[in-house]
Amino acid sequence: MDDRRTAAGRKSAPAVRSEASHAYQALGSSEAREAPAAVEAFKEGLDARLVVERGAFRLDVALRVAPGEVAALLGPNGAGKTTALRALAGLTTLTGGRLRLDGAALEDVPPESRPVGVVFQDYLLFPHLSALDNVAFGPRCQGATRAQARARAAEWLRRLGLADHADAKPRRLSGGQAQRVALARALATRPRLLLLDEPLAALDARTRLEVRAQLRRHLAEFEAVAVLVTHDPLDAMVLADRLVVVEDGRVVQEGAPSDIARHPRSDYIARLVGLNLYRGDSDGHVVRLGAGPSITTTEVLSGPVFVAFPPSAVTLYRERPAGASARNLWRCEVAGLETHRDLVRADLSGELPLAADLTTVAAAELDLRPGAEVWATVKATQTHAYPV
Amino acid sequence: MTLTARRMQRTLQAAGAGAAALLVLSACSSSGDSSAAESPTSASASSADQLSGTVTVFAAASLKESFTTLGETFEKAHPGTKVTFSFGGSDSLAASITGGAPADVFASASPGTMKIVTDAGDAAGTPAAFVRNQLEIATLPGNPDRIASLADLTRSGLKVVLCDRTVPCGAAAQKALAAGGLELEPVSYEQDVKAALTKVELKEADAAVVYRTDVHAAGGKVKGVEFPESAQAVNAYPIVRLKGADNAGAADAFIALVRSAEGRQVLTEAGFLEP
Amino acid sequence: MTLFDEPEPETASEATTGSLRGGTPGRRFRGGGGAPLPLLVPALIGLAFLIVPLVALLVRAPWRSLPGQLTSAEVWQALRLSLLCATAATAVSLLLGVPLAWLLARVRFPGRGLVRALVTLPLVLPPVVGGVALLTALGRNGVVGRWLDSWFGITLPFTTGGVVIAEAFVAMPFLVISVEGTLRAADPRYEEAAATLGASRFTAFRRVTLPLIMPGIAAGAVLAWARALGEFGATITFAGNFPGRTQTMPLAVYLALQSDPEAAMALSLVLLAVSVAVLAGLRDRWMTTGG
Repeated sequence: MDDRRTAAGRKSAPAVRSEASHAYQALGSSEAREAPAAVEAFKEGLDARLVVERGAFRLDVALRVAPGEVAALLGPNGAGKTTALRALAGLTTLTGGRLRLDGAALEDVPPESRPVGVVFQDYLLFPHLSALDNVAFGPRCQGATRAQARARAAEWLRRLGLADHADAKPRRLSGGQAQRVALARALATRPRLLLLDEPLAALDARTRLEVRAQLRRHLAEFEAVAVLVTHDPLDAMVLADRLVVVEDGRVVQEGAPSDIARHPRSDYIARLVGLNLYRGDSDGHVVRLGAGPSITTTEVLSGPVFVAFPPSAVTLYRERPAGASARNLWRCEVAGLETHRDLVRADLSGELPLAADLTTVAAAELDLRPGAEVWATVKATQTHAYPV
Repeated sequence: MTLTARRMQRTLQAAGAGAAALLVLSACSSSGDSSAAESPTSASASSADQLSGTVTVFAAASLKESFTTLGETFEKAHPGTKVTFSFGGSDSLAASITGGAPADVFASASPGTMKIVTDAGDAAGTPAAFVRNQLEIATLPGNPDRIASLADLTRSGLKVVLCDRTVPCGAAAQKALAAGGLELEPVSYEQDVKAALTKVELKEADAAVVYRTDVHAAGGKVKGVEFPESAQAVNAYPIVRLKGADNAGAADAFIALVRSAEGRQVLTEAGFLEP
Repeated sequence: MTLFDEPEPETASEATTGSLRGGTPGRRFRGGGGAPLPLLVPALIGLAFLIVPLVALLVRAPWRSLPGQLTSAEVWQALRLSLLCATAATAVSLLLGVPLAWLLARVRFPGRGLVRALVTLPLVLPPVVGGVALLTALGRNGVVGRWLDSWFGITLPFTTGGVVIAEAFVAMPFLVISVEGTLRAADPRYEEAAATLGASRFTAFRRVTLPLIMPGIAAGAVLAWARALGEFGATITFAGNFPGRTQTMPLAVYLALQSDPEAAMALSLVLLAVSVAVLAGLRDRWMTTGG
């Protein structure tokens, strides 16, 4: 849980250096992750490999989600998350791969015939219809009579605590209310796959906290497959049981939120969770980063590994600390400084590019300023190495 | 109906002896004596007259073909002159003239429309009739409905178009029908004679009552059928120089050409009758 | 030719440089109620240009003979026919024009730019030419009309139906352009949202898109109606002129002008008054409800 808070608080601060950017090269190839036996096993839930080629961009994402499970596609803007979501909904045509939901092939099924509900980023509530009629729209299209559809819609609104707003037009609803109407509208079609595109992005920070908790509860109650797309790691970690990190159209890491927070395998994730991340070759306790410096860790490993440590584990000195061992000591230069409340994040370049956190008092005592030369150390016990 | 854009720039007309001679000529033409009017045409080959500049002629639409020919003749006979025409419904033209449109000559398809101009005091002198036009029935090529008389047009099932009674050809048609004691319900009262003719040319109507000259101009696209009642509705075409004429000399010379033997020949070839 | 192409790149760069210069003082418009002179002067000239001829008509109107004109059966007949045909032509335009606008705005197909140009062609075509074109197409002897006649016994020229056709031909482009513009401005993702809720493309159009673009459709319909009401050239060429059957107000006005300009003015006033009353009424009723 500590890692989560770190991730949320510092997601904007850069922490990982270029050494890490090649870290995931060997990962993420979806073919490599597919075991033939598993395909047979997936008679329920979502089993998809989404391939969409558009000009130079190629999306190739494998996704398996069991009923009752919530998966989050997490990735930077332009990674292809929304394209993946649209492909699941049938709004973007697959150029390859497959899409099975509860064993049925959906590749050639038009969006209106898929058992899929979508909550769009800006909800797209029909502005000319009341909340009730928005929710009744789906059941009506599925053949329910007007009365049945409205009854079902009223029930959904009640369940989401919106009974009082049934007659309101979307423009009279608050952001949080609109979000719940959108959720009710998607759920009212009884989808087997619920898709949520940045479900909280349109909300202000205050509403967001409240709506996130509600959404988490509703998703927990939802018995079918839910897939949400977000660029916010906190949303992803709170709402989802499993994260699928997408970068450049490919899955770079997949797993439980806590695992991903602790063992980032890419630049992007490391930055999100606020860790310094490096890739190198381990030989016992020492991880050598290419031809450059090395990092001493407590784990004993061999072969290609990642090494991560939080910026708060870094100690800075203006002079080379006398008597200190040469292990985990690097000469750096201050490239930039950023203040976060009572902390100063120093962006260092030099022997080992890294991010360091120190108190404003400490920063003042060290007289840190861009261009200043500093010495950085990290205790081996505060680093964490794991195999690639 | 469309008024051709008029030359904004006008060259000054020649003054001097030529102008004096033309004053005489204009007096002659208004007297209606055709023999006197011939002289300028025969003299036009000589360089005695010093005509130049632009003559603007407002003429009834039915005069389009023959007047265009005469305009070319005139320009050839008087190098340095230019004749511009505005062809249209006589009523529209009369309205334009009384409304101040800059024209030198007005040739109308009926004394009635000419009267609008003379009543407004816009005519210089008395209008002179230069041709007459007579009604004819225009039928489809080959006359498939075997229309032989005005009475045949009243047969049921026949689509006949007439001009609206507010325009000269329509008024003339009503006069002819009255003369024959006939009642005719057309499918349409067209806004002008060309529109009526077009309906037959496009085979939308089986017959139209139009002018001889229109049947003539349509060539093989319609077949003309003469009828005796048309004698009761002969239209005289008057022509006159206008008071506001910038180029009175050339205007009179053009009128003289229209009324000369040469002009008459061109007009009768187009189907007009001598006045 | 294309009326609805994307904004020219020049416009964009102008906007950029404009915003860059925004900080420099001096050449900025006064805020609040003060309208800048370079806009105000042409605006007022434009207004005068449109209003003065109408005012002149009122000034010169034969007010004394007006009551007599208004009691004439022929005037009411022409007026009734005008309103009937203009409304029918608008209905035809809506029925065919809205789907056409949807096609142009939402479906990508080769030659779409050309089709769009063709749709607007009746706008630039002199109406009389349009009438002749209609005759050659739908006339008794026309390319299509020939079959209408021999198969169904339908001939359109010289009939009230012909008036409706001629007016719709001239008026429909106004509706198509207006609706297409609104459709392009409308967010197509609403249609996608409808699709994910199980709506077929047609249901999405009917229940979502159509209500969303209603203001544009209303504006287009009013434009088309007004254009149809004033239609002269195509109508008289295609449908001819017969009182009670094909003689609409503009035709009556034109022909009255030939013999009796006073009557023509009186008729024009009637047409003007009715148009103004209807348009003002519509504006208040449902043109404003969209906003």
